[in-house]
Amino acid sequence: MSEERTLTLGLAIREALHQEMERDSTVIIMGEDIVGGAGSDEPGAEDSWGGPMGITRGLVSKFGRNRVRDTPISEAGFIGAAVGAAATGLRPIAALMFIDFFGIPMDQIYNQGAKLRYMFGGKAKVPMVIRALIGAGVNAAAQHSQSLYSIFTHIPGLKVVIPTTPYDAKGLMIAAIRDDDPVFFLEHKTLLGEKGPVPEEPYTVPLGKAEIRHEGSDVTVVAIAKMVSVALSAAEILAAEGVSVEVIDPRTLSPLDGGTILDSVEKTGRLVIVDEDTPRCSLATDIAALAADEAFYSLEAPIKRITAPHTPVPFSPTLENAYIPSQERVVETIREVMSV
Amino acid sequence: MDIPRDKLLEIYERMVTIRKFEDRVHDEYAAGRIPGFVHLYAGEEAVAVGVCAHLSDADNITSTHRGHGHCIAKGVGVNEMMAELYGRATGACKGKGGSMHIADVDRGMLGANGIVGGGVPLACGAALTAQVQGSGAVAVSFFGDGGANEGTFHEGLNLAAIWKLPAIFVVENNRYAQSTNVKYASAGGDIASRAQAYGIPGVAVNGLNLFDVYETMGVAIDRARAGDGPTLLECQTYRFYGHYEGDTQGYRSRAEIEEYRDKHCAIRHFRDRVTEQGLLGDDELDAIDAQVADAVEAAVEFAANSPFPDASEVTTDVYVNYEEAI
Repeated sequence: MSEERTLTLGLAIREALHQEMERDSTVIIMGEDIVGGAGSDEPGAEDSWGGPMGITRGLVSKFGRNRVRDTPISEAGFIGAAVGAAATGLRPIAALMFIDFFGIPMDQIYNQGAKLRYMFGGKAKVPMVIRALIGAGVNAAAQHSQSLYSIFTHIPGLKVVIPTTPYDAKGLMIAAIRDDDPVFFLEHKTLLGEKGPVPEEPYTVPLGKAEIRHEGSDVTVVAIAKMVSVALSAAEILAAEGVSVEVIDPRTLSPLDGGTILDSVEKTGRLVIVDEDTPRCSLATDIAALAADEAFYSLEAPIKRITAPHTPVPFSPTLENAYIPSQERVVETIREVMSV
Repeated sequence: MDIPRDKLLEIYERMVTIRKFEDRVHDEYAAGRIPGFVHLYAGEEAVAVGVCAHLSDADNITSTHRGHGHCIAKGVGVNEMMAELYGRATGACKGKGGSMHIADVDRGMLGANGIVGGGVPLACGAALTAQVQGSGAVAVSFFGDGGANEGTFHEGLNLAAIWKLPAIFVVENNRYAQSTNVKYASAGGDIASRAQAYGIPGVAVNGLNLFDVYETMGVAIDRARAGDGPTLLECQTYRFYGHYEGDTQGYRSRAEIEEYRDKHCAIRHFRDRVTEQGLLGDDELDAIDAQVADAVEAAVEFAANSPFPDASEVTTDVYVNYEEAI
């Protein structure tokens, strides 16, 4: 039974890359050290890095350096080249390593890739995927730990995907590669090692469809990325107190499956959003506004947002733990809205 | 260097089309019939045409905020160009792009670009597609002396050099980045010499001489198509109009502008040379002048008589597919 096979989230992504590169010769992948050892004469240097967490190891031996390219540390250069390649017939996957580095290629992302189609009156398409690591929790400090997905969600022309299970990681990656628009595929560092069932055959998980991870009737919790698991453990604790928590994983932030969120809020009358990103102009704020606009008369309590503070991500473990929204905060906040 | 007679006629026709188109846009803008920002290419015709005369629709170019000349040189029609400047539904981009984003991907014209240096990585990408697919196509990035000071220029040249991409980087050095003189803003002598840092050929030519541009581009394109990698081609040129329409041009003298218009006009230089050498006759060149004048007049009529886009067009063409259930 292939359904019983388990993979880590990182290896599920690797399998998706292999299968899509095999299926479609226009799919190429490039980024810093995604193979590793380029230019080295050392025996065994080839494929000695394999990208962050080794996810892209093994691609080069199968598909060759024409389609699997290590790049210089030139994010504007190679992200822009991915945009140009996408507009002229390839389906590039560009690995940005950490999302924190987006400032360097940002012009190529938001002024070029995101807008070509619109500026050209619909006469171009830019089918590309930008992979990047997000999230705190590994003491990587202020320039390697941010979430920042709200910035890309804000930009028309981009799509934003965040898988939280190995099954979704594979299906969403295949869907992202086959998608005709530029997609940010964001991988939370602390989820890459999570294991779960992953079918061997290729399949897609559609963009723009949320998943209800835990059904409940008293309160809706929308949780993003790593916060899904925090919300699920909070739901377990609260179940023992007789509180029925519905946990929704949006899976894609753009397009956002607002329908699933609103249906749930109309059912439960309460909404809590758990978001590891900073609070101002955030997904938490955006989803709260959506519910306030569209489901106001269903609400029985104020909408609550649980986010990181409006600060950079700190280094020291005690500080970083205080920064990341905790299960305790989620439990307390749900108790608070249940008491209204 | 022998340029076939048909090609000489095409070159002249394209250069004159650019000049007459831009002169007319200058007038139309002054009359308030064209909205937004406009940057005119008149004076620099020999660069776009000398480069694009080597290209087919399968080859891609990226352009700049001063992109009308590149469009015409690459074969984009003046009707849809003028309609785009007018903001009409019949424009090259259905009125969604305007002067600074005018494009025609079917002609291998990947867009004017409102971001200085923004097109350099895009051209690397088009060249990458050609290399990965083994299509034999090339990509050309046009940018100015200002663009050569952007990080994307250096990242793009390095990337193209290490991957031996079939790319040609064409610097249109018109001496002024907005009002700032290249002598102030660019270190290290001529821009072509920056190629040495990346181990690729760098050649500076008189960009007001079509034959010099054409010949040098021929060498660069042969090198690119042979798989030997990119070339940096600096074309030293001059723009007859200001940076943008409305520019009072306090940074350069009237005498300097007049000198270029009178003594260094690329079109006049080309015409004198081909007639003196008996390659083309005045009669056929005059006929082209008349035919281009008619085409530009017709383009203005086409644009002025075209409808504006429907307001519902605001929300189309953002994505190929975007299903959001709210």
